[in-house]
Amino acid sequence: MTYYFDHNATTPLSEAVLACVSRVLRECYGNPSSIHSAGQAARQEVELARSHVAALLNADPREIVFTSGGTESDNLAVLGAVRPGGAAGKHVVTSAIEHPAVLGACAQLVREGAEVTYLKVGSEGIVDPEDVRGALRPSTVLISVMHANNETGAIQPIEEISAIARGAGVCFHSDGVQAAGRLGTDVQALGVDLYSLSAHKLNAPKGAGALFVRKGVKLQALQFGGRHERERRAGTENVPGIAALGCAAEQLQQHRTADSLRLAALRDRLESSILQRVPGVKVNCGGAARLANTASLRFDGIEGEALVIALDLAGFAVSSGAACSSGAVEPSHVLLAMGLTPAEARSCIRFSLGQGNDEAQVDALADAVVASVARLRKLSPVYEHA
Amino acid sequence: MREVKRDAFIAVAMSGGVDSSTVAAMLKRDGYRLAGMTMQLWNQRRLPALAPESPTGRCCSLDDVYDARAVAGLFGIPYYVVNFEQAFEESVIQPFIDEYLAGRTPIPCTLCNNHVKFDRFLEMAEGVGADYIATGHYARVGHNETSGRWEMRKGVDGAKDQTYFLWGLKQEQLARTLFPLGEMHKPDVRRLAAELGVPTASKHDSQEICFVPNGDYAAFIEAYFAEQGREFAAPRGEVVDESGHTLAAHAGVHHFTVGQRKGLGFAAGEPLYVIETNAATQQVVVGREEQLQRGSLRAARVNWVSIEAIQDERPAQVKIRNRHAAADATLRPTADPSVVEVAFDQPQRAVTPGQAAVFYDGDVVLGGGWIE
Repeated sequence: MTYYFDHNATTPLSEAVLACVSRVLRECYGNPSSIHSAGQAARQEVELARSHVAALLNADPREIVFTSGGTESDNLAVLGAVRPGGAAGKHVVTSAIEHPAVLGACAQLVREGAEVTYLKVGSEGIVDPEDVRGALRPSTVLISVMHANNETGAIQPIEEISAIARGAGVCFHSDGVQAAGRLGTDVQALGVDLYSLSAHKLNAPKGAGALFVRKGVKLQALQFGGRHERERRAGTENVPGIAALGCAAEQLQQHRTADSLRLAALRDRLESSILQRVPGVKVNCGGAARLANTASLRFDGIEGEALVIALDLAGFAVSSGAACSSGAVEPSHVLLAMGLTPAEARSCIRFSLGQGNDEAQVDALADAVVASVARLRKLSPVYEHA
Repeated sequence: MREVKRDAFIAVAMSGGVDSSTVAAMLKRDGYRLAGMTMQLWNQRRLPALAPESPTGRCCSLDDVYDARAVAGLFGIPYYVVNFEQAFEESVIQPFIDEYLAGRTPIPCTLCNNHVKFDRFLEMAEGVGADYIATGHYARVGHNETSGRWEMRKGVDGAKDQTYFLWGLKQEQLARTLFPLGEMHKPDVRRLAAELGVPTASKHDSQEICFVPNGDYAAFIEAYFAEQGREFAAPRGEVVDESGHTLAAHAGVHHFTVGQRKGLGFAAGEPLYVIETNAATQQVVVGREEQLQRGSLRAARVNWVSIEAIQDERPAQVKIRNRHAAADATLRPTADPSVVEVAFDQPQRAVTPGQAAVFYDGDVVLGGGWIE
């Protein structure tokens, strides 16, 4: 039996989504571009999903582009917004704590001749909007700052940054992959021009995502072929994945606030249980507004990697840092950007809660953490025994 | 393999090769609770100039991890890649380079065993609740009830025996270590691997120095210095004969090792060998083969394995290279308890500073030390 506490990595399917996907896989096999009724049935699923996603974002359905997931949405936003007319000589402002999907796209733009400013964050993991303002140049064409960080849960001041972007006439993208379903994602209130979503963080399957593209934003496509998605994303639509994303978006509109309150209570219960019983623990970004489901804790003298393995063997799925290509853990670039030393970054664990978790699971997890940390510290050459 | 309790929880060090894969499969067959772990020790991408074309001799490649993970998945073993890159760099790579530049010929595998595999890995295994670690080494460990010590003996397959690299293990490490292949011959291991369905059954054995592609140590050291942004002050020196006559110029003593015959940089009428290298003067002394013979050596930083530290001289067989047939000798304690003098019955060829001298009594590993 595994208790799953890694919902920022991915989430299990909800029953409603599973039913939706099963139905669409079975019944809606048509190609949405076909003229006949089988095609029309599939087209209906896609457009219904588009309206649900648009409603979640308070956007017009025509502003929603379906993609293969968060990485493609981020790539399409960053590359697509900078490339029209050529990237050379253009300037992008982003932060050091972005997801690799944004950082990787920025690195590609640098290869194409653009310049990128990576903003540092404070010790609470927050981008200072004044730093954004200070980084702007006449050649700046895009600002990309995530809505909430995947590793710490720290919520970024999107409204303030969007006001600066609007004032400067610069396009503003925000990666909302972790925020969606957990925070308000009204793109009018946020003031963003581009906003990325991923289905599999919303209790829907891997392989689907969406990008909100505000009307009037010029976007160059990444792939070429048919005229799908208003010529912004060629390729036959992933109908079951899109339908699932739509179903998840519809569910979230009904349950989001209640879910967040419940998860915040569970998260706080977990944190206080661990903090009361284990010495030498610090909460990353504890002074910042955080996603209600995320706890990033630093355990003095512990290798996070060892704690993740110990907890997995005890039946609890949690995460530490980012995995490199081999699967080994490397110190998180997010925690390093907050000023943690590599050793401190390696001693952090992320617990991210979701729909399936309850109090009994949280209490069992806290007990396992207490026991595992005690055993690891007994063996640790670096931990000062009290 | 020695007896361990049925409900023992064992962490298997899995390299992706046939030996450790077979260990995992046989322990699974025997019903133990297991976790498979691959140590990420070195990132090949760091020194791309050295990227080997051939698939052999690559350590910690994605292919190895892929193979290890596939084996673990096949047998339903929880599997993890653990990152020991920093420990490996500090306790293996950097001492390896320092030794080479000091004119010695180091054995990184022994350093890795002492400081990573049987130290950090063992600690990680204990930390996650394992009672033992198991590896694919060819060696045997048993407890001697009379002496109260853990003893190490050569693997029964003399050609595969790896005790030359394992003499640094301490008693508390041996107490927690299982070598399930120690009682087996390699062909039997391959046969068992095939029987158990281990998919790597036909894979090649790994190279001894995993992080140095093609055995070119000098190229590795120079590439590492370049990566660190450290000026590699390419040392210059001379190759001289025993009477001090200069025979050739060379680009640093790290290009030479005692006993080396090829690549001396000049043609000689008779075969000449490196007799000695001196890092301080950057001199490489060459001579005839018989000048390589030495009757004794001093072994420092000695570790006693199967016996307590000797107080009186005793006979032993001593191995001075992995491929050396252990030679009869007398071990003599010195005033410094960490140093042992080894007097060979017959002079031995190419006693090489930086290599290990490992002391045996038949199959039993008495201990070992570093040749000064």
